[in-house]
Amino acid sequence: MYRAALLALLSHWRRQPLQLASVLVGLALATALWSGVQAINGQARASYDRAAGMLGQDRLPQLVAEDGQRFSQDVYVALRRGGWRISPVLEGQWRQGETRLRVIGIDPVTAPQTPGGGGAAQADGDLRAFLTPPGIAFGAAETIAALQDVPGLPALRVADDSLPGTLIMDIGIAQTLLAAPGQVSRLIVLPDQPLRQTPLQDVAPGLTRRAPQAEADIARLTDSFHLNLTAFGLLSFAVGLFIVHAAIGLAFEQRRAMFRTLRALGLPLVALTRLLVAEVLILSILAGLAGMALGYLVAAALLPDVAATLRGLYGAEVPGTLILRPGWWAGGMAMAVLGAGAAAAQSLWRVWRLPLLAPAQPRAWVRATTRSLWRQVAIAGALALVALGAARFGTGLLAGFILLGALLMAAALALPAVLAALLAGAARAGRGVLARWFWADTRQQLPGLSLALMALLLALAANIGVGTMVASFRLTFAGWLDQRLSAELYVSAETEEQAARLRAWLATRPGDLLPLWSVEVPLFGAPATVQGIADHPTYRRNWPMLSALPDVWGRVASGEGALINEQLARREGLVPGDPLILPDGGRMIIAGVYSDYGNPRGQVMIAVDRLTALFPDVARLRHAVSIAPESAPVLAHALIDDFGLPEDNVSDQAAIKVFSMGIFEQTFAVTAALNILTLGVAGFAILTSLLTLSAMRLPQLAPVWALGLTRARLAWLELARALMLTALTMLVALPVGLLLAWALLAVVNVAAFGWRLPMHVFPADWLRLGALALLAGGLAAAWPAWRLARTAPADLLKVFAHER
Amino acid sequence: MLLDVREVAKGYEAGAGRLQVFSDVSFRLDAGEAVALTGESGSGKSTLLHLCAGLDRPDEGQVRLAGQDLAPLDDRARAALRRESVGLVFQQFNLIPSLNVSANLSFQARLAGRADAAWLEQLAARLGLSPLMDRYPEQLSGGQQQRVAIGRALAGRPRLILADEPTGNLDAATGDAVMALLLGLVAETGAGLLMVTHSERLAARLERRLHLAGGGLA
Repeated sequence: MYRAALLALLSHWRRQPLQLASVLVGLALATALWSGVQAINGQARASYDRAAGMLGQDRLPQLVAEDGQRFSQDVYVALRRGGWRISPVLEGQWRQGETRLRVIGIDPVTAPQTPGGGGAAQADGDLRAFLTPPGIAFGAAETIAALQDVPGLPALRVADDSLPGTLIMDIGIAQTLLAAPGQVSRLIVLPDQPLRQTPLQDVAPGLTRRAPQAEADIARLTDSFHLNLTAFGLLSFAVGLFIVHAAIGLAFEQRRAMFRTLRALGLPLVALTRLLVAEVLILSILAGLAGMALGYLVAAALLPDVAATLRGLYGAEVPGTLILRPGWWAGGMAMAVLGAGAAAAQSLWRVWRLPLLAPAQPRAWVRATTRSLWRQVAIAGALALVALGAARFGTGLLAGFILLGALLMAAALALPAVLAALLAGAARAGRGVLARWFWADTRQQLPGLSLALMALLLALAANIGVGTMVASFRLTFAGWLDQRLSAELYVSAETEEQAARLRAWLATRPGDLLPLWSVEVPLFGAPATVQGIADHPTYRRNWPMLSALPDVWGRVASGEGALINEQLARREGLVPGDPLILPDGGRMIIAGVYSDYGNPRGQVMIAVDRLTALFPDVARLRHAVSIAPESAPVLAHALIDDFGLPEDNVSDQAAIKVFSMGIFEQTFAVTAALNILTLGVAGFAILTSLLTLSAMRLPQLAPVWALGLTRARLAWLELARALMLTALTMLVALPVGLLLAWALLAVVNVAAFGWRLPMHVFPADWLRLGALALLAGGLAAAWPAWRLARTAPADLLKVFAHER
Repeated sequence: MLLDVREVAKGYEAGAGRLQVFSDVSFRLDAGEAVALTGESGSGKSTLLHLCAGLDRPDEGQVRLAGQDLAPLDDRARAALRRESVGLVFQQFNLIPSLNVSANLSFQARLAGRADAAWLEQLAARLGLSPLMDRYPEQLSGGQQQRVAIGRALAGRPRLILADEPTGNLDAATGDAVMALLLGLVAETGAGLLMVTHSERLAARLERRLHLAGGGLA
């Protein structure tokens, strides 16, 4: 019984390959975009975990200096003597030319056995070579390959579980490489401590015990970036599900007569429902597998950009090669199956409730009765209220995404009613019998097309919203860079000795030397940068201040005041006039808050003299040179040719701007790609809807043809209808997209990144997008229209012969 | 006794109140007997046929099919009884559009798990369907579709054939031809036949007639 019935049900798809393709392609695309994004996120998160897991950073408690600085290894020795089972780690950045590395020095004898840790050396079995100069450094294959010709490093070996951009070596070797003799960054507290040990305060009063971290710093920093990606993946998934919902719904509607016949011929309702569930399951597994394969390709294509973004924006190293994890497969397939289930749930419910003697004629798919339209409008209204509530009373990223989701869904649900109202108005204004028929017929088509148009609305609104956000960001960022990069040249010395000579050398030449010295400190429980700033007119003129006390620069110059960036101000609720206490105990007043786009960390600017007084060990290597623009190239050449500074250590303002804008563009490259893909999926939704509806159109079009309209004219009218509906959807999408942009700029960005951007509008972009949407709608309608124009008169006549 | 209908009543909720279609309807049908069910439009002929097939439940009374009271049966048991003991022929043919003639013809028999290839071949030949076996319903004329529907109803050798205006959608000549085939095959298989029809002429060709009028059997 089951076999015969299942074959009958599946035979529908054999006769309707286009519908089958709609379901499979729709679900595969939805799964692909979702699983692609998840593969990228999973790859990045695994890297963060490895970074955090390295040397037990997140899993074991640690002893660190209260000021966050390195400390003498004598403290380590004293603690060991006091009974502490600890292992020292030295960590730092190593630079040579353009090569930047994170160097981690460990003691292989005491280090905990974790991936990439002491195990690397011990597993290798060559402890002596690891410990004695020049030593051995372990790193990821890509890092080792890139370092082959770089001098001054230990012997390099590949360790599979290492992170890119990181080398692990013996702590003694690392101390030499990082020019930090006798220094350690932290001490890992090993498990199984002896019962008796000297209290920490007695042996090392400057150290504090840091509890294991639930989440690595870098994971916290990048959370918002990944959340944005996830949100986009989910949006694409939702758009894909619209296709699946429409196609499955239509397939169920077309088979209503078959369902009734099957039941009349003796198939129990339970068996029919089971078979339909099995059918959806089979389809979702097939589409899910295809989607996962496609998702892998999407992820592999996008990952290099994402890795570059994470490196540029957050300094997070993510390998550019994709590794697929079992969880990813399971999650992707689950999404495909659940998505198909959600898309089919309504149809399955209808079958379950379908009376055995219900009319067998297939009714139009989701016939938009006035009641159902009003119900949809009511839900849209409720969602709009949710969006309003989230905007007015919500805080944080979750409220931001509730606002976005509710706004988009409200707009999508309201669309059919809005279009129906617009078409009713057009019908009233229409003159001539053909125009009236056209408008009335378009209204009749609306229910069948509404799901595809809703998907198009979502894609267009997301495009406008995200496009406006990115373009606003770009405009603001470029202006901000012009203000912030006010000096003409930026130079870096390689050593303190060279820096001192450089200062003396520059002092004899035109232009002002402005130090760019900074230290990394923990502030309010998160990593932050404290930077020294010179009292110079170029800062007073150009620094992009958001709010400030009177005489802000005088306060900073006197050492009494500090400037903080917007991120830190928003995160900690700080305003000018509030006190600020630095980790070393330095007390000052917040004199101003400045915008600092693209920086995920908190930043404090204080007078450079105060910085050197508070942090005497601060590296004094980087400087800006304020000089007349026309003299800058001459000085740059002199720095390289006369002073002997490597070319890479001298940057002019334009080069830094190009570099910064490059990072910016890379950051949003993934967003732009997902945007285009989502629009493509929506275009496909229109195509499949039009194609599947075209078969049902003949009984409506045949009488008009018989009354004297040519098939070609009818086809042109079909094309015009699709273009007109696309244009109307674009019109509705515009205000929705702008609201979305506002929500992204004023709510989500503030919650995710800590800065608020002014909103700019770009009408030329809307026109471009509108043209693209019309092209998609036109292309989608072209094939069904062409098929209509080529329909044989005999097929149209069958409508009158009741032989269809 | 193949079909035993006793004091059956059926009504529907209409907008203003309850519409009683018929009441106190009783009749019997034996194996091999062919009975016509006639009456005006709206007299409840199709409704009575649906009750006999277990597609619907009476408000009052009892329907026994092959000795089995339908009242206590759930959907699953009624479905089993239909696929094993009843052949249905509809006015609208109700073929499965995505299956070809061959698959449609054998469908109910396969559903019941007793498809007999030789009998199916014989049926197809008798019904003139042999050259059409690979065609789909949309490629057939109305008469051809109804012949497939009759074949489908008989393919599982059911004990009772219930036909609802099987020639209602066909012209007179085609209808006569289809009717002759149906009666001939029913007689051959020894099944009982209850056929709803408007046509006095067709009703006269059957052994007995039941006439629904004024809310009951006349």
